[in-house]
Amino acid sequence: MRLTGAQALIKSLETQGVEVMFGLPGGAILPVYDPILDSSIRHILVRHEQGAGHMAEGYAMVTGRPGVAMATSGPGATNVVTPLSNAYMDSTPLVVITGQVSTSAIGSDAFQECDITGVTMGITKHNWLVKRAEDIPRTVAAAFHVATTGRPGPVLIDVPKDVSNAQMEWYWPETEADLDLPGYHPRTEGDPAAIAAAVELMLRAERPVLYVGGGALKSRGAAALIELAERTGFPVVTTLMARGAFPDSHPLCLGMPGMHGNYTAVTAMQRADLLVALGSRFDDRVTGRVDAFAPGAKVIHVDIDPAEIAKVRVPEVAIVGDCRVVMERMLDALDAAGLVHDEAAVRTDRGATAVAGSRAAGRPAREGWWGQLRAWQREYPLHYEAESEGTVKPQMVVETLRDLNPEDTIVVAGVGQHQMWASQYWRFEHPYTWVNSGGAGTMGFAVPAAVGAKVGRPDKTVWAIDGDGCFQMTAQELVTASAERIPIKVAILNNAYLGMVRQWQEMFYAERYSEVYLSPDLPDYVKWAEAMGCVGIRVESPEEVAPAIEKANAIDDRPVVVDFRTDAFEKVFPMVPAGGSNDDIVVHPNQAGARVAQ
Amino acid sequence: MTAATARSEGESFRHHILTVLVENKAGVLARVAGLFSRRGFNIFSLAVAPTDDERFSRLTIVVDVESAPLEQVIQQLDKLVNVVSISQLAPDAAVERELMLATVAVDARLRSEIIELVGVFRGEVVNVGPDRLTVMLAGSPDTLDDLERLLGGYTIVELQRSGRVALPKLGRSGG
Ligand SMILES: Cc1ncc(C[n+]2csc(CCOP(=O)(O)OP(=O)(O)O)c2C)c(N)n1
Ligand SMILES: [Mg+2]
Repeated sequence: MRLTGAQALIKSLETQGVEVMFGLPGGAILPVYDPILDSSIRHILVRHEQGAGHMAEGYAMVTGRPGVAMATSGPGATNVVTPLSNAYMDSTPLVVITGQVSTSAIGSDAFQECDITGVTMGITKHNWLVKRAEDIPRTVAAAFHVATTGRPGPVLIDVPKDVSNAQMEWYWPETEADLDLPGYHPRTEGDPAAIAAAVELMLRAERPVLYVGGGALKSRGAAALIELAERTGFPVVTTLMARGAFPDSHPLCLGMPGMHGNYTAVTAMQRADLLVALGSRFDDRVTGRVDAFAPGAKVIHVDIDPAEIAKVRVPEVAIVGDCRVVMERMLDALDAAGLVHDEAAVRTDRGATAVAGSRAAGRPAREGWWGQLRAWQREYPLHYEAESEGTVKPQMVVETLRDLNPEDTIVVAGVGQHQMWASQYWRFEHPYTWVNSGGAGTMGFAVPAAVGAKVGRPDKTVWAIDGDGCFQMTAQELVTASAERIPIKVAILNNAYLGMVRQWQEMFYAERYSEVYLSPDLPDYVKWAEAMGCVGIRVESPEEVAPAIEKANAIDDRPVVVDFRTDAFEKVFPMVPAGGSNDDIVVHPNQAGARVAQ
Repeated sequence: MTAATARSEGESFRHHILTVLVENKAGVLARVAGLFSRRGFNIFSLAVAPTDDERFSRLTIVVDVESAPLEQVIQQLDKLVNVVSISQLAPDAAVERELMLATVAVDARLRSEIIELVGVFRGEVVNVGPDRLTVMLAGSPDTLDDLERLLGGYTIVELQRSGRVALPKLGRSGG
């Protein structure tokens, strides 16, 4: 069958099982947009290519399938650079296709020429400039393979216009050997000897913590994680990228560690004698000052990316492999060691959990450790000043959203204070219900990522919890959402500030506020929402919060934007100052006097 | 053997040698160089050469192991999709060789002095002009350092070094 390169590209995407892609056409990609008219793939026309990239990310994060975005050459391609960088930091599988000027014009500074493979070399897992039409099916198949296997990540395929127009004979590479990737061999099975050594350490640990990162979700490991936690009775912390990997309501869950993690999660890691790092990468936001991080802990590090091992912290046991596969092997090894968990104990008494898990094998009882953890939880729960004198507290908005929405609601956040409050005050019970920009911290992520998430999971309620600053960066994608009938809901925690920056200036720059004020009503978010085909609702007092959410929840035929006018002076606590030790965690001023029995 | 190359057993080296087999594709060198620069890994030299299989090229990279742990450099390199395999060579287990070309300004008296000096190093005079001399030396990098230092006492017009290539030292018995 003779096809043009463009037809072969679309047919390759169909063959890969792509159902939807996000993009915006232009000169160099024009040939590829023609066969889209005849394709089964749904194309969603964005208003800015950054939106296409973040939509593809949101889609990928909730479905586990790679997100696909398309843009033209030059400025179209550079507009996708931010999502590529974001996806690279958060290991999200993306396939981005860009048009390029004709091969004969490459290198001549032709109209809308940009060396996008050069630009994105450091922020993609790999990229390709396709030089011949006959390479297209193989390149597409290789791109999906690289994006989705091993440590997932974004890839880019740059297709010159003459290559799209050229004729080729259709084929499809049936086996991995046909992909021409002689240097690509991700390891998924952990080394059995290392797993045995890890389990040996786990059985002897007195103050263990399971330090769970995004890899537990990427590997679809949530079920194995629950089993591993219950079998061992180990407490679990879930990083910002792993919220939802383990239910917040589970008695073994300590919540989120890190710069804005809760006191117990942060301090448990500091005092632990064993950290089992499961698909987590010792990010600086988690460790604080590295040489003061978890000083007494031995480390078992499970990661599919060998380069993460010892990058930050040298582990006692390193296991390179898929997180889920390794956890399953650990469970087998625990079986062999005779460690069976006591279901009843896990369910009934929080304190007894660990004890039951370990006694079965005559291993150390951890009453002391659990006693300490429970004491910290009692003394230093997440806290904010609820008494508000008529102002709307942002944390209260998140709690009300949580209480008035189904447990499996997908929550998407921007970057800033609102993101931290969302991660702290939402209760995550299910995997793939939390979508945020962790490693890159990309303002403007929420609205388009929420659109992509809703496209991927139309059956679920999708709430974006956004900041007023972030919203202004990518709000135009609500036009896309209206036009395409994608009914997402957006809660703007409108504090009239670039709040997180304001918080740092308040705490570390002697309240010298430099370029952080935004104004609560410029723009008028309700009018803006309406102009974009959404329903706009404004909330100015605490009593209006719940009714506004109920009203938003009742709308299912268009996007809704709720402008919550929140307290501008609220700060995120706890906080580990940047570069500081996790031991110097700053709790809410109301808790500063509290003393925990050590 | 010159004094500088005689190192005592067990001495730690600042450099380490990586032999990297890569796909012979456009942009591969940029990927490798880009990785080193964005991760802050320093290299002393990088030599590229074709292999007997035209699909692949071989890079010999001399890494500054004070800028990053060797293992981290290897693992990050290995993540590049176009990198097929990496073998590492500790300096004390390697035969390392490098080539140097140097053009030196001379008059009649200096000419014979330099020819003699290069002769001591078993180098060669490869080009002679009325007031210049181009000499060549292939040898261990330390030997090249020595000659370079001595030539520094004259007027060096131009000097180029190839960067090192290396192979494992052979054992005494068999192999
Ligand atoms: C694209 C981008 N630019 C700048 C920053 C730095 N930054 C981090 S949080 C923040 C403030 C975000 O303001 P807003 O969206 O209103 O959220 P808030 O902190 O007020 O909740 C800024 C400017 C960033 N993370 N991303
Ligand atoms: Mg704000």
